[in-house]
Amino acid sequence: MEELNLVQAVNRALARAMADDPSVVVLGEDVGRDGGVFRATDGLWTRFGDERVIDTPLAEAAIAGVAVGMAAQGLRPVAEIQFTGFIYPPIDQLVNHASRLRTRTRGRLACPMVLRAPCGGGIHAPEHHSESPEAMLAQIPGLRVVLPSSPARAYGLLLAAIRDPDPVVFLEPTRLYRALREPVDDNGEALPLDRCFVLREGKDITLVTWGATVVETLAAAELLAGEGIAAGVIDVATLHPLDQETIVAAVRRTGRCVIAHEAPLSGGWGAEIAARLAEHAFASLLAPIQRVAGYDTVMPLPRLEAHYLPSTQRIAAAARRAMGFA
Amino acid sequence: MTASGASLSRFIGPDGLAVAALPDFARDAAELVRLYRAMLLTRAFDEKAVALQRTGRLGTFAVSLGQEAVSVGVAAGMRAEDVFLPSFREQGGQLWRGVTPLELFLYWGGDERGSDFKGPRQDFPICIPVGSHPPHAVGVAMAFKLRREPRVAVCVLGDGATSKGDFAEAINMAGVWNAPAVFVVNNNRWAISVPLARQTAARSLAQKAVAAGIPGEQVDGNDVVAVRATVERAVERARGGGGPSLVEALTYRLGDHTTADDASRYRDDAEVSPHWAEEPVLRLRRHLTATGAWDRAREEQAIAAAAAAVNADADRYLATPAQPRETIFDFTYAAMPADLDAQRRAALGGA
Repeated sequence: MEELNLVQAVNRALARAMADDPSVVVLGEDVGRDGGVFRATDGLWTRFGDERVIDTPLAEAAIAGVAVGMAAQGLRPVAEIQFTGFIYPPIDQLVNHASRLRTRTRGRLACPMVLRAPCGGGIHAPEHHSESPEAMLAQIPGLRVVLPSSPARAYGLLLAAIRDPDPVVFLEPTRLYRALREPVDDNGEALPLDRCFVLREGKDITLVTWGATVVETLAAAELLAGEGIAAGVIDVATLHPLDQETIVAAVRRTGRCVIAHEAPLSGGWGAEIAARLAEHAFASLLAPIQRVAGYDTVMPLPRLEAHYLPSTQRIAAAARRAMGFA
Repeated sequence: MTASGASLSRFIGPDGLAVAALPDFARDAAELVRLYRAMLLTRAFDEKAVALQRTGRLGTFAVSLGQEAVSVGVAAGMRAEDVFLPSFREQGGQLWRGVTPLELFLYWGGDERGSDFKGPRQDFPICIPVGSHPPHAVGVAMAFKLRREPRVAVCVLGDGATSKGDFAEAINMAGVWNAPAVFVVNNNRWAISVPLARQTAARSLAQKAVAAGIPGEQVDGNDVVAVRATVERAVERARGGGGPSLVEALTYRLGDHTTADDASRYRDDAEVSPHWAEEPVLRLRRHLTATGAWDRAREEQAIAAAAAAVNADADRYLATPAQPRETIFDFTYAAMPADLDAQRRAALGGA
């Protein structure tokens, strides 16, 4: 089995989906001859031609809007937004059209599109290239919001997103694009959407996270293990619709929970998960739910971004606070 | 003036007399009568919708009084297999393409089933967020192009929508890709209270096509023959691989923006009244009468027929029960996610 990094896994999934289904098309800025600024679409233009791998003018709202029109016609467009800082104009198309076309036509028209975008900080990128807007997307009814946290999950979840009959925003953690490799079987098998992945079992405390923060959270779990604390790690993967059952079941067993994410604390998706736990695991809680997140600040420029991103130490410290609660 | 400097396309003047040799379809009196009846039906629908709204039986509604020739003419210039992407004042075109008065009443009465058209299954529901739908037309057109289907996407937007970025992005993209799409600006001179002069400093809206590198032309939007002929030519050019274009249809909004608007707050009768002499229904009636294809008896019969059709569907609408409340949830996704199903069950009292 080939060892791939995350951006290569995305590339393989796109190629597989395009080879399997002629209705899959890729569009976005520089996705064609250039293969994308992160090379996620590398080789697709040569292999599938410029009718299916479409370089667009520099117009993010229309990239999303064109995908809506294509999807309503039964194509399966995979549109790329180059960086999350440029995803805000497409949000109009996602909120007002993509996510509600099925509802407002009572199923006559649907919108099986995927909007891919790199997200998150940690690669010393320019301003507007490092934000984590998943919570504002995750509140949109009718949309799916998916964040993979490893090459294998990126491959399987992107295939699932492309095959899904409804619109999916697929946010790829930029920091993980080339950070690690793992064996990925390019067998065309999708992973389930709307499901968490339990990455580590632990009886003492449950660490809930997604995206790039999975790396620091797993490291924190390892650190805690050395201190005699058995921490489980859950990768939420699909933020919306949420797999509440898996998270609630885990926290009912451990009674303690840390939620870690890069996006700002207030109104982050961790707040939603904490509310669900308060409602459905209240009697099992042995300590207040801890959140470790980015701050309610503008994403700092590269020289300070390490202080903003949830670190292994911050996550471990939050877990110790929960463990120490009388 | 059009973008190219040619004069406004017009076949029938306000007095009903032909000012140019009519296109083939307009030499057939029966076809002109068909267009006329479609405009009467639109006007009858609007009148009934306003009456229902005023008596608390319909929601806020956007009347198309005075603009019937644009809407009907655009739809008449399309083929059934084309896709129509209308804004919210295009009931004339929707009716022409087979959306029923019942469906329109349901929609404006607050029932999503009104956008589940039984006729034109692939037409888009009306676009409420102004000017956000031109990119959809490009996407639809690109799907046709990829599948080698000789079909065209036709998007109608208002004059206000031409100020939006989505419109500029869409016509630019359509030009780059030679997409089989036609964009029609229904220029009724008013975006709620903002007149065209405060919308743009451009000499015309058609000239916005110049920057996108696509043809742009102006047509008399109160002459249904000219609208149909112009749109038909643009649609057939796109169908034949000749690319997208922009048509600006000049008309006038004789009514309020919607039933929630009071246009007397921002424009007076002296501004509006001259435009009554230009309006499209009167114009085609004069033409049909002058050519002997129409008379008072036919007029009375046609108005009664349009009113009867609209009233019958209004009665059906009023007799249609609301959807079961679980349908709030049932079309959010193709399959019900477990998370949403929990809310659904709670809402229905089951959990």
